[in-house]
Amino acid sequence: MAGTGMNPIEADSGKLLEAVRALLGAKGIVTAPEIAERIALTDAANPGQGARMVAKAWLDPAYRALMLGDGTAAAEALGIFMRGAPPLGVLENTAEMHHLVVCTLCSCYPRAVLGYPPFWFKSAAYRARAVRDPRGLIAEWGTVLPADVKVRVVDSTADYRWMVLPLRPAGTERWDAARLAGIVREGDMIGVTVPKAT
Amino acid sequence: MALPLAPGAPVRVRLDWPEARGPAHIRTPHYVRGRQGTIVRHLGDFPNPEDLAFARPAAKLPLYHVRFDQPAIWHEGAGGDELLVEIFGSWLEPA
Amino acid sequence: MQEPEAYPRAHHDLGGVAKFLCEPVDTGAHALTDFDREVDALRQMLGLKGIMTVDELRRGIEAIPEASYHRLTYYQRWMRSIADTLLRKGVLSADELRAALEAD
Repeated sequence: MAGTGMNPIEADSGKLLEAVRALLGAKGIVTAPEIAERIALTDAANPGQGARMVAKAWLDPAYRALMLGDGTAAAEALGIFMRGAPPLGVLENTAEMHHLVVCTLCSCYPRAVLGYPPFWFKSAAYRARAVRDPRGLIAEWGTVLPADVKVRVVDSTADYRWMVLPLRPAGTERWDAARLAGIVREGDMIGVTVPKAT
Repeated sequence: MALPLAPGAPVRVRLDWPEARGPAHIRTPHYVRGRQGTIVRHLGDFPNPEDLAFARPAAKLPLYHVRFDQPAIWHEGAGGDELLVEIFGSWLEPA
Repeated sequence: MQEPEAYPRAHHDLGGVAKFLCEPVDTGAHALTDFDREVDALRQMLGLKGIMTVDELRRGIEAIPEASYHRLTYYQRWMRSIADTLLRKGVLSADELRAALEAD
């Protein structure tokens, strides 16, 4: 039984969630239907949205320019809901430069475009290693970059959220947008992997 | 730094540890403090998170993308590799 | 030339921290639980209603003592910070929160 000395924030987190939700609901501050609706909206965002942006940028130079100049506008142009979302920055991989996104301080992630961040992105190992040993880190995914490619690690410390526009792989020359989007994975848009034609 | 900083300007991140003086919320990572970098671009002006975190009125400050030579920070790593970090102008001085 | 590790780094400020450099990354997919989704949605609603910002969430997480920070799961840290911040701001009182915890 908890006495008056117990610090309630140290309670079991499941119980804490229930208690806080009950109090906020009783006070009319946040209600259960609002939470349910927000869950549904958040669940709708997924890496396929980013993949569609990447595929279009590979096919359409004007869209590529828009994506690099104003990521938020580029997302909205494809019907992705961005109102209230932080500004989206897009980093273009080239034959000479590979980008890797991290948030060493917490877990800032381009959620509006890619959905919830993956477990690994939020881990202490990822956050610690990305800025210091990026090549060793991406090797955990089997990713090995050509020797002459430089790595630029982007630490999301403030208001922007960053995603990578990966290099279009060889062997995709006559593919349409849907087929191209199909090979772009979540990790490709963070920089731990690169898209492959198969 | 009150003046807008131009792309290419060499800057140094202030070597300061507000966390050691009391409760603080700092978005300038430890590994760049005291380090020299180069302005890539001005990203826009945003309210100071150091104040937002304590529900204090927060002035808008210029936010920059700053590039650092990665091996120079860690004394390891591949030459030519870089770090790109969003840093508020209040943490930057001309180098 | 100063070594980053020599200075008073806050414990959540993890870039390059030596003790994690040899730790493998769990690259597998981990499905979110109902708890995770609800906490995430709760934080968003508190933000949308102007009650608590993401900056306050982060501050509250950073205030978690280091051992607890690494022991708690990601969303458990969020939940603790949400409760801490709501108490600090007087949105909820400690007495009513304790009462609600015991009311199960």
